[in-house]
Amino acid sequence: MALTGLFLCTFLVGHLLGNLQLILKTGEEGRRAFNEYAYFMSHNPAIKILSWVTYISILFHAIDGILLTIQNKKARPIPYARNNPSKNSSTPARYMAVLGTLVLVFIATHMANFWYKMKISEEVPMHSFIVSVPDQSGQIQNQEFYYTHNLQLIPKDDNFSVKNGTDLYMSKMNIKIGEGYRDLHTVVMQFFSKDNDSALFAVLFYVLSMFVLSFHLWHGFASAFQSLGLNHKKYNAAIGYIGKGFAIVVPLLFAIIPIIIYLK
Amino acid sequence: MAAKSINITLKIWRQKNANTKGALETYSLNEVSTDSSFLEMLDQLNEQLINERKEPIAFDHDCREGICGMCSLYINGRAHGPETGTTTCQLHMRMFSDGDTIYVEPWRSRAFPIVKDLVVDRSAFDRIQQAGGFVSVNTSGNTMDANSLPIPKDDADKAFEAAACIGCGACVASCKNGSAMLFVGAKVSQYALLPQGKVEARDRVLNMVRQMDEEGFGNCTNTGACEVECPKGISLENIARMNREFLKAGLSSEK
Amino acid sequence: MSVLDSKIPTGPIAEKWTNHKNHMNLVAPNNRPKIDVIVVGTGLAGASAAASLGEMGYNVKAFCFQDSPRRAHSIAAQGGINAAKNYQNDGDSVYRLFYDTIKGGDYRAREANVHRLAEVSGNIIDQCVAQGVPFAREYGGLLDNRSFGGTQVQRTFYAAGQTGQQLLLGAYSALSRQIGLGRVKMYHRHEMMDLVKIDGKARGIIARNLVTGEIEKHAAHAVVIASGGYGNVYFLSTNAMGSNVSAAWKVHKRGAMFANPCYVQIHPTCVPVHGTNQSKLTLMSESLRNSGRIWVPKKKEDAEAIRAGQLKPTQIAEEDRDYYLERRYPAFGNLVPRDVASRAAKERCDAGHGIEANDTNEGVYLDFATEILSKGRQSAYALGDHNPTEEKMRELGKKWIEEKYGNLFQMYQKITDENPYETPMKIYPAVHYTMGGVWVDYNLQSTIPGCFVTGEANFSDHGANRLGASALMQGLADGYFVLPYTISDYLSNEIRTGKISTESPEFDEAAESVKASIEKILSNNGTHTVDHFHKRLGLIMWNKVGMGRNEKGLKEAIEEIGLLREEFHNDVFVPGTAEELNQELEKALRVADLIELGQLMAIDALQRKESCGGHFRDEYQDAEGETLRDDENFKFVAAWEYNGSDSTKSTLHKEDLKYEFIKIAARNYK
Repeated sequence: MALTGLFLCTFLVGHLLGNLQLILKTGEEGRRAFNEYAYFMSHNPAIKILSWVTYISILFHAIDGILLTIQNKKARPIPYARNNPSKNSSTPARYMAVLGTLVLVFIATHMANFWYKMKISEEVPMHSFIVSVPDQSGQIQNQEFYYTHNLQLIPKDDNFSVKNGTDLYMSKMNIKIGEGYRDLHTVVMQFFSKDNDSALFAVLFYVLSMFVLSFHLWHGFASAFQSLGLNHKKYNAAIGYIGKGFAIVVPLLFAIIPIIIYLK
Repeated sequence: MAAKSINITLKIWRQKNANTKGALETYSLNEVSTDSSFLEMLDQLNEQLINERKEPIAFDHDCREGICGMCSLYINGRAHGPETGTTTCQLHMRMFSDGDTIYVEPWRSRAFPIVKDLVVDRSAFDRIQQAGGFVSVNTSGNTMDANSLPIPKDDADKAFEAAACIGCGACVASCKNGSAMLFVGAKVSQYALLPQGKVEARDRVLNMVRQMDEEGFGNCTNTGACEVECPKGISLENIARMNREFLKAGLSSEK
Repeated sequence: MSVLDSKIPTGPIAEKWTNHKNHMNLVAPNNRPKIDVIVVGTGLAGASAAASLGEMGYNVKAFCFQDSPRRAHSIAAQGGINAAKNYQNDGDSVYRLFYDTIKGGDYRAREANVHRLAEVSGNIIDQCVAQGVPFAREYGGLLDNRSFGGTQVQRTFYAAGQTGQQLLLGAYSALSRQIGLGRVKMYHRHEMMDLVKIDGKARGIIARNLVTGEIEKHAAHAVVIASGGYGNVYFLSTNAMGSNVSAAWKVHKRGAMFANPCYVQIHPTCVPVHGTNQSKLTLMSESLRNSGRIWVPKKKEDAEAIRAGQLKPTQIAEEDRDYYLERRYPAFGNLVPRDVASRAAKERCDAGHGIEANDTNEGVYLDFATEILSKGRQSAYALGDHNPTEEKMRELGKKWIEEKYGNLFQMYQKITDENPYETPMKIYPAVHYTMGGVWVDYNLQSTIPGCFVTGEANFSDHGANRLGASALMQGLADGYFVLPYTISDYLSNEIRTGKISTESPEFDEAAESVKASIEKILSNNGTHTVDHFHKRLGLIMWNKVGMGRNEKGLKEAIEEIGLLREEFHNDVFVPGTAEELNQELEKALRVADLIELGQLMAIDALQRKESCGGHFRDEYQDAEGETLRDDENFKFVAAWEYNGSDSTKSTLHKEDLKYEFIKIAARNYK
């Protein structure tokens, strides 16, 4: 639990840095930065390995947590008629299993919202943009382009087609001429946009989930160190402060993103 | 402070034996001196019950000075009652007020089956100790001179603090998971901190943890309740030390 | 020759034990697994014996009435354990420890036993350290020592205020190892109900499983009784609630002599009795007398006013206080030995100066105000303040006290709800240890062959008064280093005996008589609880066989206890059945034995027409109220033979004490 938990904490940091692209840069620049980041995350071989480690960690953390909780419940078949645990332990510490389950529900929902669309159903459209160029007659023409990794602009018309997700081919000759990006940025923006009827609900759900995550981390961060045997008078205070800081700052920043998008 | 006399209501777990079902029974007890210890209050109740020709309440106790570890009791939702750093035998009735209702339950743990009423069987602790809680040295009296092996005072003091555990089981009782990690951690720590214990350190921690798991205790989720409720203030540091020893042993053991 | 053969080896005192060991018979390792040994009790003496015998390869069965062998009352010992290691280079030696112990026992202990105890004392420390017992250490990593009463050297090893706990857990760990290896079978929540003798030899015990109530027969080639002392005969004592005399008494009933029952140690500094529902007394460490001054009000009116709550001790002027120990014993002052301090407190309270508002007005003050001021001044000077205000001195002084005695002050406050930094502690003597016990010879064997008795349960090493930090020493010495040799010598004759069967008329008779006595007590259907009788017994014992005894009181006690015994058996009410956990039944069976013992204590005290150590007869004191020994007529061990539940029928046998190596002198603390 401790090892996977701490690994997932580092994952949170990586994920957060990426997500911050959604609000730190604006306009077309932000869109490009985020989509490029999204591409990097799903195509870099090292990241791919890391993401598999992450999936396994989440599964292991969840399954192990459930198994431990079952064992722990069995260890006290008859509950106390009168119990006063608030005198000896913090609330998050006692509700780790419940908090963890809620986090798991959130992760499932979150993955259905974005990850599934991105990776499985491929509902996320290609990143394209409209460029206004004068034609030979001097008329301004709006033309839509994909752009590729080597910064080519490929017109979005019948001459070109998309294959294997993001590969751009010349339709007639079946020659790959470049690779484009998926436009996850727009999907996210629309998902949380005021224009979207269900956005308010989504924002609330995400923000509440971050509260849950915060409580989970409030106990979990320092607890992981204790489980690994890292309890030392000299460092306990530091681990405690860092843990609580982490539990507040990371979920807070995650939660701010949908709020800002919604309010835009 | 002058002793006062209070009247209280008690809700006490009664259970004939391990095989029958139990229930909370209500008793009223008058004129309890606030100078009485909690167990003396139960003595008084038992005297009253016997005089009414009823069966007295069975509870474990012996030294009544906070060191033998025999007394237990979950009082108003807390192991050894509301005062920290105190065993039930040293808890005094001045912690309660006139008219109070006091819940008294046995330790609840699968590994501590109820024997009768408030008496539980804690021999699981003994079996954990038998699995490795010792230094394998025979009685010869001259293995080596006591002063031939200097031990840093800090280590000796820490070993003593761990060894101060009285084996009462309050850690298990107050842990929401019914975990025995503080008890086992204290024993493992005592020996891990001393040179005499180093030789068998690897087998000791593996064997004791295996026995602990077999006994049906729950897992440690670091809530820290055990440390707060431990009448001897055994530190969570001991659990961390055991975790360290366990990881080390698990990685290096060839068994 | 007397029936009491002490079997003390001949030769110079320092060579007796070594020579004896060298000539004892052994049991070869391959024969040991054929031999069974029963050990009753798992305190220091029992656990160490069971562990050692298990290591040797015998089949051991160990019994304790508690839920775990680790609970035995040795665990409550605070101060420390003596050993003649001379680590402090202050002139200690085996001889000095031997001499101090004999003198401390007021010349009523056996020289040879005590010398052996001093000889093996060093091994105890080596053994415990090897087992991982965390004794207190100095910054250099070596073992620390402190000094204790009755000695002029620093030979006491300790582990904070929990030395007994650490030593017992050490012995328990050794025992646990043997249980884990299958060489010792542990029977917890089992109480020994009787000893079984076949052809005159101890061959087993009858035990009651306290959870199921089953009466079990256990056979063995030898039985070791290590069941502790009998202080609970006084009802209120510093002993554990379960401490009892029953195992020792059953052995006595089966023919073992019971020696010196009247020798009881009463510890001067305990928290006084607060009321009629009190179950137990708590010791405050002797070390407090280093800093506290003991006093009572000079005027009886002041004492009365204090008891009535009209006056506070701090309101009594200095000249109206009687620091009676400093007045009577200017040389030793507040640090006189335990028995002297206890008697002096009783004398003042009997004279009407007691300050505790309880039924008996028994209590004196232990006052730290003087020490707080003087240590406060010292601390202030050390900080460079040569003109400290009283307030400053008080503040610094309290800090000094807290560092030194913080945990004791906290414990006192928990029990009494009074702050001893602000108001003097109230203390009073309480029964603490019993020097008497089953008579044993030099080999720790009782007058029943095959029945050995160790630790506080025997009588052997402390004479009429035990020195502080010597009880732990004796328990472990017996169990680790004496019994394993002497019992092997006995068992060497048993290698051809073969397995002892429990299918014999002797086992049946013993089991049936146990069942009958249980049945009798359960069907009695009387009107009073066990505690009712126990409290009455305790009151008689405390008032008439307590700190000060006299012929009249003892005779009354003998008669009153006789009547109480009749009344108990006719009128006690024990609810519940025999086939379940029945704590009232356990208590009743123990109290029945305590009543018989109590009467014998009074009889023994009556015959001992002298004062020595813990036994003080009002008639035998010098002009200044000190003990007056009669070495000409009473330099003997009084060993009593059982002749029925009426202890007045017991027969006295005497073992003369020979002092060949120490010259007898009077104890003087003025």
